[in-house]
Amino acid sequence: MEQKTKIKAEDGSQELVITREFDLPLELLFKAYSEPELVEQWMGTKVIKLENKNHGSYQFETSYNGNIVFKANGTIHEFSPNQKIIRTFEMENLPMGVQLEYLEFEKLTDDNSRLTMQIIYKSEKHRAEQLKLPFAFGINKAHDKLQEIIKNLK
Amino acid sequence: MNLRRDVFQAIADPTRRAILLMLTTQSMTAGTIASNFETARPTVSKHLQILTECELLKQEQQGREIYYHFNPTKIKEIADFIEPFRQMWDTKFNKLETVMKNYKSK
Repeated sequence: MEQKTKIKAEDGSQELVITREFDLPLELLFKAYSEPELVEQWMGTKVIKLENKNHGSYQFETSYNGNIVFKANGTIHEFSPNQKIIRTFEMENLPMGVQLEYLEFEKLTDDNSRLTMQIIYKSEKHRAEQLKLPFAFGINKAHDKLQEIIKNLK
Repeated sequence: MNLRRDVFQAIADPTRRAILLMLTTQSMTAGTIASNFETARPTVSKHLQILTECELLKQEQQGREIYYHFNPTKIKEIADFIEPFRQMWDTKFNKLETVMKNYKSK
């Protein structure tokens, strides 16, 4: 089966390209990135600030058991509805530094769309830190969450 | 079955990691590998089977014996850490799709 989400990360390069085709019209895909309450739902984080405009900025924050476990922020360089978002992204207190993101939204058919996310890191080393993240953080977190759900079932 | 995901399940087990580590320096038969562990031989065989299915190991017949080799290409894929990262995004994007489909039908 062909994978819906693809990642291109060439050796020796400091960027990643993530592409995904969605079973959604372009306008809905773009909305998922621009409406704070929708971003919150799929990203699983609280949106503190989201200024959808050129030279705007944004802030995300996630709490777990009353503690803030994830904080991210960035500035929006360009915001072109249904086309493009150029922004920076930084996860606070993590070693991957600030990254530059080019998000391109494309219409494929009336019901399908594609997102291409080009992420540029400070160096190849910073990119490697990012790739280790699911091991260091994501998988454990999912595991914790699972344990919590099971605990609540008892 | 998602074989690619299995590569990561394969290396999540400490015995399997120890087997991989042993085989980085030389090829060995199942018997030699098993003699390095206190675990029962069928258990070691099961680990070898999983590692072979995930292509982390390759089998080679030499006379009457089957030798296990380490497959560097597959290991590199893990070293690059791309697959779990991809899965993380895939999960997020699936969620996005679900959220937006519900939103549309409202």
